[in-house]
Amino acid sequence: MTIPEQVPTTVSSHHQETTTRALRDELLLEVKGLRKYFPIRGGVFSRVVANVKAVEDMNFTIKRGEVVGLVGESGSGKTTAGRAILRLIEPTAGEVLFDGVDVVTLSKAKMREYRRKMQIIFQDPFASLNPRMSVGDIIGEALTIHNLAHGKAKEARVADLLERVGMNAGHMRRYPHEFSGGQRQRIGIARALAVDPDFIVADEPVSALDVSIQAQVVNLLQDLKDELGLTMLFIAHDLGVVEYISDKVIVMYLGRIMEIAPAKELYHNPVHPYTEALLTAVPIPDPTIKRERVILQGDIPSPINPPSGCVFRTRCPLATEECKHVVPPLEQVGTDPNHFKACIHR
Amino acid sequence: MRRALHDPSFVIGAVLILGVVACAVFAPALAPHEPGLATLRSRLATPFSATHVLGADAIGRDILSRIIFGARVSLTVGVVSVALAMLIGTLIGLVAGYFGGLLDTLLMRLADIQLSFPFILLAITVIAVIGPGMWKVIFVMALTQWVQYARIVRGQTLSLKEREFVQAASGLGASHARVMFQHILLNALTPVTVLATLGIANNILLEAGLTFLGLGVDPTIPSWGGMLADGRNYIERAWWVATFPGLAITVTVLGFNLLGDWLRDRLDPRTST
Repeated sequence: MTIPEQVPTTVSSHHQETTTRALRDELLLEVKGLRKYFPIRGGVFSRVVANVKAVEDMNFTIKRGEVVGLVGESGSGKTTAGRAILRLIEPTAGEVLFDGVDVVTLSKAKMREYRRKMQIIFQDPFASLNPRMSVGDIIGEALTIHNLAHGKAKEARVADLLERVGMNAGHMRRYPHEFSGGQRQRIGIARALAVDPDFIVADEPVSALDVSIQAQVVNLLQDLKDELGLTMLFIAHDLGVVEYISDKVIVMYLGRIMEIAPAKELYHNPVHPYTEALLTAVPIPDPTIKRERVILQGDIPSPINPPSGCVFRTRCPLATEECKHVVPPLEQVGTDPNHFKACIHR
Repeated sequence: MRRALHDPSFVIGAVLILGVVACAVFAPALAPHEPGLATLRSRLATPFSATHVLGADAIGRDILSRIIFGARVSLTVGVVSVALAMLIGTLIGLVAGYFGGLLDTLLMRLADIQLSFPFILLAITVIAVIGPGMWKVIFVMALTQWVQYARIVRGQTLSLKEREFVQAASGLGASHARVMFQHILLNALTPVTVLATLGIANNILLEAGLTFLGLGVDPTIPSWGGMLADGRNYIERAWWVATFPGLAITVTVLGFNLLGDWLRDRLDPRTST
């Protein structure tokens, strides 16, 4: 099968339009007071006996064309936050303003339209593709759902998407099990791009891949971001990966935001003790460099019964009595309008 | 399709089932005698003779002809009852597993109640009320067997709906129906088809059993179960009366099982190459 050099899609023109339109400070996403509790039921009448507080009072913004990294340990609620924003799980409270519209309050039918604008790339490329569907059907499904393309036009679009993610059109008749992890993740990315979304949540898109493949996939995302002007929330537990691709980084711990800063600023001038600890955990491929490691003691506490006051105090080297009583607000650091931290000591 | 022809499961299974289907469809043309015709001279005639290839039964009816006509009853009962049970069970299981909550609880308690009735008891009760007959036997089978399909499909649905590819489909804006049928059901079908092929075989035997008890098909219509029941009385003197209908059942059951094996492998792209 030959692929026409210029696939006539609405995609490229639309994206150029958005890129030129993209004033760098135009807000695309605004998250206000986002909470997600998972009830634990027990007893005879299945009463709610406790809540797992996965996400607690999150506030942040993403500008059009920006890639925002969301980092934290396992269990910090980053994946839950990403899915709650897309309403793949229903948030318990809060607002998610997408282009000024609160998607949390949208009806199911109206939300379905918005799904076209907000997409997700999953962590596990082995679980995220339907084993019974061909690659062409997987990528083309969104086009069918949203009535965007049929028949030949759909095929051309799928071929274009496959090439865009570094595969070839001939792959569309094959099934997911015939591909490696990295290739599957590319298919997952192509699926997310099929509807030409404005915003993508990349939920640890490389953490299930081999290190050598990780770089390729991160590079692909970087290229796509440049080409298509994608706005992305990039979730990861590895600051090294995030530094490379993000404009801004949000550090999360036990469902709360600890620090928000532009990527460079965060890496050179971390303010929150938790960020410091995370940064010193990133390996440097040079044995001659010596540095002070901040090693956190113990595990992340249970989100069912989080510590009072500052949630990080149980593992924090700076913790004092006061930290038990005050929930530190997310405040501006100095005079920098883009740097925020939630710590009363710094 | 060309690949299928190299698979002995498919080839043997298909040949057996096509043979049985041909018997059922072209019974009047194929049968050498009238299946209901009793010839006193031929009472318990031995097989492999020129007039009665497979012998004759206690009242002189030709066994080969009765087996050919009996395929109609056996195939109809086996296939229709399973198709009905599968359809009802799959839908109920899918809905219960996908939507969960109160609906799931209600449907599954209904299934539990259904399961707690012994089949024979229910069959006797229902047939005592509505009377015997082939379609009533099919109805009773579907009534009792949808539960098996519902439980399997529900279990599969519960685990599949948490898988990321199902969430991805919801994330793309797919409707409930699309997620249920395209993403969940397609992946839940393997155990269902295997159960169904075994179910066809099982129901052919059940029909034979019910007919044997006088709860099944009208005794004047030739059926394999009925023939088996008749032949039981003469097993010491005339082995062929029960043996040949028994072989017919065996061959049909084997055919469905082989096709089921092939179908199971074929449905899964991971083993179909």
